[in-house]
Amino acid sequence: MSLDEVYRQVIMDHYQNPRHRGRLEEPTLSAGLHNPTCGDELRLDLKVDEEGVVRDAVFEGQGCSISMAAASMFTDAVRGKSLGEANRIAESFKDLLMRRSSDRSALGELEALEGVAKFPARVKCATLVMNAFEKAVQSLSEGGGSGHVQA
Amino acid sequence: MSIAARREDFPLLATQMHGHRLAYLDSAATSQKPRAVLDAVRRYYEEDNANVHRGVYELAARATQDYEDARETISSFIGAAAEEIVFTRGTTESINLVARSYGEKVLGPGTNVVTSAAEHHSNLLPWQQAAWAHGAEVRYVALAPDGSVSPDALAEVVDAGTRVVALAHASNVMGTVADISAAAEIAHAYGAVLAVDAAQSVPHRPIDVRALGADFLSFSGHKMCGPTGIGALFGRADLLAAMQPVYYGGEMIEEVTLQGATWKETPWRFEGGTPNIAGAVGMAAAADYLRSVGMEAIHEHEVELANYLAQRIREVPGVVVYGPKGQRDSGVVTFNLDGVHAHDLATALDTEGVCVRAGHHCCQPLMRQLQASSTARASVYLYNDREDVDQLVDALVKAKEFFHRVAR
Ligand SMILES: Cc1ncc(COP(=O)(O)O)c(C=O)c1O
Repeated sequence: MSLDEVYRQVIMDHYQNPRHRGRLEEPTLSAGLHNPTCGDELRLDLKVDEEGVVRDAVFEGQGCSISMAAASMFTDAVRGKSLGEANRIAESFKDLLMRRSSDRSALGELEALEGVAKFPARVKCATLVMNAFEKAVQSLSEGGGSGHVQA
Repeated sequence: MSIAARREDFPLLATQMHGHRLAYLDSAATSQKPRAVLDAVRRYYEEDNANVHRGVYELAARATQDYEDARETISSFIGAAAEEIVFTRGTTESINLVARSYGEKVLGPGTNVVTSAAEHHSNLLPWQQAAWAHGAEVRYVALAPDGSVSPDALAEVVDAGTRVVALAHASNVMGTVADISAAAEIAHAYGAVLAVDAAQSVPHRPIDVRALGADFLSFSGHKMCGPTGIGALFGRADLLAAMQPVYYGGEMIEEVTLQGATWKETPWRFEGGTPNIAGAVGMAAAADYLRSVGMEAIHEHEVELANYLAQRIREVPGVVVYGPKGQRDSGVVTFNLDGVHAHDLATALDTEGVCVRAGHHCCQPLMRQLQASSTARASVYLYNDREDVDQLVDALVKAKEFFHRVAR
């Protein structure tokens, strides 16, 4: 097993130069998650307009290169996408890492994380940001969001 | 080195991992099992299996004998009497049992439990919950810079309201060892009891509960070469005798009517339901095995190896080692490599056949004090040798080079 298959250059680049780190002042959607087995922490803030399009996406947290790079790539990927499209990215990423599908078409840079599938113990690091996203969207359907948007 | 490493006694250690020799350095999480333990469990199932304390037939008598012999073995392993040993699922259940049953008896408004921020969650949450449920306070002793609990710091917080002092003997993170006898003296001076989390000490050093002055002492079978799902609680006979059961059901009663029930003597009143008989047999076989090697020798072997390990990894630039600065007194060494998250490091070491733990080690409050969200931990046991340490160091150097290269 080779480390190069997992820790691709682009992953380490996102880890060391995260693209969208920070908090939003008035996020439409927000969710915090923490991975109790390893201590990784992540908060995801989203600004979503009336049409349900993600206008801004930022994250804050601490964790390993996999979880932080995935968060950086995901926030990059969902900007300008509808919540539905963002959800498809999250789902298709999870499917790829859990080897339920090999469809990479929606993933863009996130595809670089595919090698994590070889380390089952690390899959939850890679999917932390997607789980935060799903939690944020869920809070919306439960009326917990602070705005009114169509998912 | 005082003993030759016992690698050959442990079948699993012959496993190849990712094409490498296996360097298992996570015994603080769980130990590997020697052939003697595997054989004892198998023999029990093949020759003596029946339910205990029930049947009148010969087989049931043999199973009961095996189970009670196991209690005898475990009690003598720590210098206790057999009736002072309650079999549990492990340290966590043992501590919960004391916190609930003894806690209910002694905790209330105006009283307090003293513990520390360095405790494993298993020795923190049961006491928090018990104290808060009864309106008692939880106090935390101030930690020394190396994460240890000094008798002086303990004396600062214990007072006449203290009912329980709950401390770990050996830390699963810092590699420090508490002065339990001194803690017992302080607790007893105020009429409090001392409850010791011995999950990381009973497997690794000679223990005599009387010499330590412990009133309760909890440990797990799986960390001392025994099976998972079995552990023990030592409780001073007079304390156990005054405590209420926690699990009600079969096996633990004397007489049951529709109006009420009376309980068996201790320790059986705390063992409601069919116990883990094979587990107890395996745990006793583990104690016999460890005793045959010699607990003093095991301790010396581990300390020597841990000193070697700490010294070797400190030679790698960028490595930070936590815990004692000088001589170590246990086999646990916690560290970080600058610029590489502990998880990434553990994955890299794994690809070289080296197993270390990464994370918060079930000690979130302590990790906050260390200002490290995550650390890597290597821990040794009687089957580890210098080759394991050298393999770790080589893998560490390789990991460092790798992450520096891809991080360009
Ligand atoms: C110091 C300490 N206390 C308690 C425990 C809990 O032991 P168990 O999980 O066997 O109940 C552990 C094990 O990780 C430990 O290291």
